[in-house]
Amino acid sequence: MPFTLVLNIFAAVGQSFLSFFAAVGRLFVFAAKAVGHIFAPPFFGRITLKQFMDIGYYSLPVVGMTTLFTGMVLALQSYTGFTRFNAEGAIASVVVLSITRELAPVLAGLMVAGRVGASIAAEIATMRVTEQIDALVTLSVNPFKYLIVPRIVAGTLMLPILVLIGDIIGIMGGYIVSVHALDFSVGSYLKQTFDVLQAADVISGLVKAAVFGFIVTLMGCYHGFNSGRGAQGVGAATTNAVVSASILILIFNYVLTQVFFS
Amino acid sequence: MINDNKVAAGENAGTGSSGHTATPMIRMSNVKKSFGDKHILRGIDLEVKKGESLVVIGGSGTGKSVLLKNILGILEPDEGTIEVDGHVTTHMRGRARVELMHKFGMLFQGAALFDSLPVWENVAFGLIHGEKMSKGQAREIAVEKINAVGLSAQRVADLYPAELSGGMQKRVGLARAIATSPEIIFFDEPTTGLDPIMADVINDLIVESVKGLGATALSITHDMASARKIADKIAMIYEGEIIWCGDIKDLDNSGNPYVEQFIHGRAEGPISKHSDFAKSAKSKA
Repeated sequence: MPFTLVLNIFAAVGQSFLSFFAAVGRLFVFAAKAVGHIFAPPFFGRITLKQFMDIGYYSLPVVGMTTLFTGMVLALQSYTGFTRFNAEGAIASVVVLSITRELAPVLAGLMVAGRVGASIAAEIATMRVTEQIDALVTLSVNPFKYLIVPRIVAGTLMLPILVLIGDIIGIMGGYIVSVHALDFSVGSYLKQTFDVLQAADVISGLVKAAVFGFIVTLMGCYHGFNSGRGAQGVGAATTNAVVSASILILIFNYVLTQVFFS
Repeated sequence: MINDNKVAAGENAGTGSSGHTATPMIRMSNVKKSFGDKHILRGIDLEVKKGESLVVIGGSGTGKSVLLKNILGILEPDEGTIEVDGHVTTHMRGRARVELMHKFGMLFQGAALFDSLPVWENVAFGLIHGEKMSKGQAREIAVEKINAVGLSAQRVADLYPAELSGGMQKRVGLARAIATSPEIIFFDEPTTGLDPIMADVINDLIVESVKGLGATALSITHDMASARKIADKIAMIYEGEIIWCGDIKDLDNSGNPYVEQFIHGRAEGPISKHSDFAKSAKSKA
């Protein structure tokens, strides 16, 4: 009896691993198919431009607010900690490096995952449930080219632009708090900011942003495209898109940081 | 034993009411499709002649939609062969599949209109994206087709699908299905969810559109009034197999207890004995 119990436990664990690897395999195939379609005509330019607006322009307020207040809080918290060691002078460096290297790309990625990833998953899942995706097929239009490619291209290209704007707004947030609330001199704060900032800091953040944009839109499309039936299926697709994109952003952030800065 | 009554649909097509040519526009040979341990199609043999309107009847969960999706290439059969206009299309993919789809038009059960596009662009979608027609020209054809299905293009062309009633959506779906003048049109439960009068209007439009285009039609339904109106031939699917096929005029004298029970809508009969299968199949079909 105990031997059977042990076997059952091993079987359950093994089954979980197999399911996990099968899911990863399906995701890789989906991603490879999507990337393959990016470079092959026909191209849906007008739809891609619309996605640029939806994913980029309409995410700007969310990303802007997030990075603005993150920069402000960062300056306040750094000041609280650094005054203990008479290191207030390092606040500008901390703000600019934290924002450009980590906080702007990661927080923008997470916010866009919540706003755009959920929306993509819900829209495509609803199209699946109401047979609109099947209708595309019957109208001689490849759903990958019409639905998936424009979103992935827009996500991958727009998130770096959002992060670049977020960098500027976040650094400005730190500047506002430092100069107006903590009485730093304008000249020395700006000088320190520009002295410490290097192109590589910004570029690494933008590369991360491009990867996160790809992840967010890929997960939204993947879960939407493969959603289950009915309202429950749409809800599950939306949740899975946001959760999986968020987790992957954090994992890939570590991997990319290791690659860039180790 | 239902197998005693099984026939290959279309095998007696030569006696069909419409006297069509011998080349089948659609031929399914021993097509099987399963989802896990649920065997939905268990060896479908079906032929639809050119210009013929075949209606497949059967209860919920018997495999009607799966049958249609296999022909369309949305699903791929596990076994068997599908031919369209003499070409094997069973595992056709890529460019060849896209080209094949130009032959098809489809009216979906829930119309499946694109929410984000106005009515005229829904109708013109296949022309713009499939046929690469200019928007202006496509709009002209869309307006013509919207009027042809009894809607006022002037009034509805720029509305969005959410602003239309169910019956109007179905008409727009029909307009979209015929917009590219396809050779083969599929109708998936065309009257489901409509009141009897609107259902009859849709049936008339289907007959008119199919005959007008000279198209081949394959419909699936469990609405017998609809089936009698639009069919030249009827095939009944049960437990994933075609158990009877014949001319519409022979339907009432089929001699098949399954068909008789179904067309008269009786609770008692051979079909109820297998309701467990129907329930289990429903979850996937």
